Amino acid sequence: MAITVRIPTQLRSLSGGAAEVSLEGTTVAELLKALDAAHPGFGERLFDGTGSLRRFVNVFVAEEDIRFLDGIETGVVAGQVVSIVPAVAGG
Amino acid sequence: MTNAIGLRCRECGHDYEIAPIYTCEWCFGPLEVSYDYEAITAGTSREKIASGPRSIWRYADLLPTKVNRAVDLGAGFTPLVRADRLAAALGLGEVWIKNDTMNPTNSFKDRVVAVALSQALEFGFKTAACASTGNLANAVAAHAAHAGLKSYVFVPADLEAGKIVTTAVYGGNVVAVQGNYDDVNRLCAELAGTYPWAFVNVNVRPFYAEGSRTLAFEIAEQLGWEYPDHVVVPMASGSLLTKVEKGFRELHTVGLIDAEPVVRMSGAQALGCSPIAKAWLEGADTIRPVKPDTIAKSLAIGNPADGYFALDVVRKTGGGMAAVTDDEIVDGIRLLARTEGIFAETAGGVTIATLQRLAHEGVVRRDERVVALITGHGLKTLDAVVPVAGPTATIAATMEAFTAAFDVEEL
Repeated sequence: MAITVRIPTQLRSLSGGAAEVSLEGTTVAELLKALDAAHPGFGERLFDGTGSLRRFVNVFVAEEDIRFLDGIETGVVAGQVVSIVPAVAGG
Repeated sequence: MTNAIGLRCRECGHDYEIAPIYTCEWCFGPLEVSYDYEAITAGTSREKIASGPRSIWRYADLLPTKVNRAVDLGAGFTPLVRADRLAAALGLGEVWIKNDTMNPTNSFKDRVVAVALSQALEFGFKTAACASTGNLANAVAAHAAHAGLKSYVFVPADLEAGKIVTTAVYGGNVVAVQGNYDDVNRLCAELAGTYPWAFVNVNVRPFYAEGSRTLAFEIAEQLGWEYPDHVVVPMASGSLLTKVEKGFRELHTVGLIDAEPVVRMSGAQALGCSPIAKAWLEGADTIRPVKPDTIAKSLAIGNPADGYFALDVVRKTGGGMAAVTDDEIVDGIRLLARTEGIFAETAGGVTIATLQRLAHEGVVRRDERVVALITGHGLKTLDAVVPVAGPTATIAATMEAFTAAFDVEEL
């Protein structure tokens, strides 16, 4: 089933300028793997040498931070949107 | 003429040219302004600073923006108040309050916004925007009005009514978003990719954050060009703490103070939103985001972008951290008001309560010259003290009623 993944501005050069990419997968990990397969380069940007998500990368499933869910093993279902968002701050 | 020469990733060191960008394309780490310190050293002096404006722009040589572009509502150069009565109450020796409630919109956010919007003008932006827990909203709306910029300010819908009013009065757009600050921030990160606006805490954040260093410059100048021994700083994203520490080091780098700084930095958080302090107290290397639940809304950032850097600074400088309860926060506000006549918002209560905790634990010592940063005015969070601050007595308009209610000693 196709899931929409939103691509942040900083990484759109890898997705040919696309702000959204439609991918197949049942978990965040599968989706991000599929993203790297469709658009090579995403993997090394999102993951560090040990295979963990880089600490300044935030991933949201249906607007919820996956660190509140099951991390990259968080399940996704059709109709949900997955967003990759850089950490920002303010106050 | 500006002494800023580029942007550098704080995580991996990748260099970028000056532009409205904020994250590293390689590792998503935050970008920071880099300077030509030799040029600053050659061009600045204590005398030049002393003859400058009584605002953050006296340190223009150390800021990223050209001074003739400065948006200047008078942010900064706030009083540094010797707090002997507070020190006595806490069992400490020399305590100073950096009273940043005295800024144009009554919080330290005026410092960062003045720099951010000056840079926004430099980039040619016509609209300023931000995600805010309230103080930033006030500062952006006011400085945008002063600079003739349009503004869009995004706040959590449950924000204190006072902070909405004190933003909306400046005439920009105020957007109340159903969700907490982290939801607002995520929305803004996505909006920033679509609209050509200067989001002060998103795409011009590297410049914005630099404004916080002026607190270190001022504290040192006001102490007669000396460093304090220990500074207690409230933490939301953690940026302020890291930038103040950087400011002290830069004073040495550019030759304004000969000695290298030895300043212990301690961080204050509210227990109901303490992802950084929790990692500190647990000795953990990972900061887990939290869902904020505290009266200290201006510190209610559950996913602190600079938390890792704040942890590093506190570890490196030998400081400490504490997470204080809402009751302690209210007590902290009252203690500061009663001993020093300074009315702080809830974030200030967090700072004072943390200072009290760290003094009790022996982390802040009696032989240290201590500065506590009071970053916002109490009128911003009146709700927090309404239950504990009211009339001492309500009486009829007669002498008899007064003397019945009060046994006044000095007659």
